Amino acid sequence: MTDATERTVTSRWLNRDRVSVLLIGLGCVALLLGGSLLYPGFLKPGYILQQLQIAAFLGIIATGAMLVILLGEIDLSVPWTITGTAIVVISASGSSNPLVASLAIPLGLCLGIAVGLLNAIGVAVFRVPAMVWTLAVNAMLLGAAVFYTGNSRPNGEVPWLATQAATGRTFGIPNAFLVWLVVAAITVWVLKRTVYGNYLYALGNSRRAVFLAGARVRLVMVATFVLAGVFSSFGAILLLGYTNQAYQGMGDPYLMPVISAVVIGGTSIQGGRGNYIGTFAGAIFITLLSSILSVMQMPPAAREMIFGAIILVMLLVHGLTNKKEGV
Amino acid sequence: MMTWLRQNARETIAALALVILFAGYIAIHPRGFSTYVVTIWSNQGTLLGLAAIAQFFVVLVKGIDLSVGSIIALTNVMGSFLLNGSPTSIALGMAVVLTVGVACGLVNGIAVVYGGVQPIVTTLATGGIFGGIALLLRPTPGGSIDETMSDALTYAVAGIPVSAVILVIVLVILLMLLRRTAVGLGLYAIGSSEQSAYMTGLRVNRLKLVAYGSSGFVAALAGTYVSMVTLTGDPNIAPSYTLNSIAAVVLGGVALSGGVGSPLGAVIGALILKTISSLMFFSGLPPLAQPFFEGLILATAIALGALGVFQVRSRLELYR
Repeated sequence: MTDATERTVTSRWLNRDRVSVLLIGLGCVALLLGGSLLYPGFLKPGYILQQLQIAAFLGIIATGAMLVILLGEIDLSVPWTITGTAIVVISASGSSNPLVASLAIPLGLCLGIAVGLLNAIGVAVFRVPAMVWTLAVNAMLLGAAVFYTGNSRPNGEVPWLATQAATGRTFGIPNAFLVWLVVAAITVWVLKRTVYGNYLYALGNSRRAVFLAGARVRLVMVATFVLAGVFSSFGAILLLGYTNQAYQGMGDPYLMPVISAVVIGGTSIQGGRGNYIGTFAGAIFITLLSSILSVMQMPPAAREMIFGAIILVMLLVHGLTNKKEGV
Repeated sequence: MMTWLRQNARETIAALALVILFAGYIAIHPRGFSTYVVTIWSNQGTLLGLAAIAQFFVVLVKGIDLSVGSIIALTNVMGSFLLNGSPTSIALGMAVVLTVGVACGLVNGIAVVYGGVQPIVTTLATGGIFGGIALLLRPTPGGSIDETMSDALTYAVAGIPVSAVILVIVLVILLMLLRRTAVGLGLYAIGSSEQSAYMTGLRVNRLKLVAYGSSGFVAALAGTYVSMVTLTGDPNIAPSYTLNSIAAVVLGGVALSGGVGSPLGAVIGALILKTISSLMFFSGLPPLAQPFFEGLILATAIALGALGVFQVRSRLELYR
């Protein structure tokens, strides 16, 4: 029965995925038009390009989060993976040892891999609910970062490459956005065309069936968490290049927007359903929304409320359309 | 007795761990076992215990509540406006605060039940809204709470902390309701299998609303008690309560997949967490290293609780 409904749903042109992308696209346009009424600079290419640049950081981190969510799990260790990576990179890059200094960025990515492995051990091997395990990992990373930096801002240098990638422009287009486009293209290809991508969706739908089919469930899960860690670290390195400093708590404001971007992009939080275009649009939407709220000089409290309310409305629209389709 | 222990193995293990940790805490505390030490411990434990019960209700029906902390913050802030003056106005204020808590819970419930949105994302969004309201009402910590009432509720009578008495009363009432009434059993039924519960003729939607409403109510109790202990309204307490409440229910043997566990387990989990962080405080570890060990102990405790995965006969059982 589900199979039949699934087929009728996908055969229609306006299927679920497209509806969510369309919805967010409309949302972005509405935000830009609404913003331009308040502040005429909103429709200028300069502003839009700058927003795309900022959205790139969110979008790259959200890519990892989306993979984990497709799997039907969640990664709450994102905030301190970001902060930890930034601290590692900035300290290594400022090191007096030239070898360490030149390896700053790979070291940062290694931290992401390590965090991903740690997450995967808990979730894939011990079968602890990801929600709790990644939270505990986040707490440990926080502890390690606090211990290492001793409550002061870590000193060091931001690698030249990170600054270039985050703030430089090529033919007027921010490099960060170009990097994001490359990441997006690869992700779409991996999700649609590779065995790994197919397993990811299948695992999100029925882990049992995939296990019985003989797939290496644990391997796919470990790979996904490691990828998520790497994307968080990658985003963190770009972020470091953009802010030009590392500080404790720099990752904290990213957890909610990252999950929101993935979810309003139409990815089901239960896993197994969603497409990357939605996440892409979701990241841009979230960035525009927070930019407009800050331009309007809303107090942080009101900003938080409106943010929550808009996300809830988007989700309700999704939820109600799903109900109607009987999915 | 043995069957009871086996049936409640998770709670029993958690309780044993708590006893050992508590003994360790008393042993290294410079003032040893005294009413003062136990009262402070109990007050802190009650705060997190109530938060964990609030989380428990939602987890019981297969949900997760990321807005628990925000509801606590909101009710705490409202309490800092309303819980002073004449006894009548305090009583009225109390009623308003509790109603707000239930309303917040119901908002979550309605979005989940009738809106078809997953609990985790619903409460992520509503958490922002509730927390935002709290921040709007009181941008910085402050306000005043009736001190006589606070003293009465946070000190000890005859060597027994009042907070412990409150917690036990709440627990007994909830355990009775959950185990002895149709509504309580219905909640467990929904958590184990929503489909079967529906087929049996349970009003699934309505029962879920009851669960979310109860969660909001207990969260409001927690918020009120925060007001009593700290004597201020603080909008920034939300994140720590949310995260710790989830960790607490898991430590206390409540299954995140729903239908398993009890408020007693949730409270034991909360007390374990509180004892660990108090232990850290007096452990002589450098203060900067403490957050790391807190995280490490939490992770180890959770992983130990999950060791059962190595005993399953078929790995198929691990995948559902």
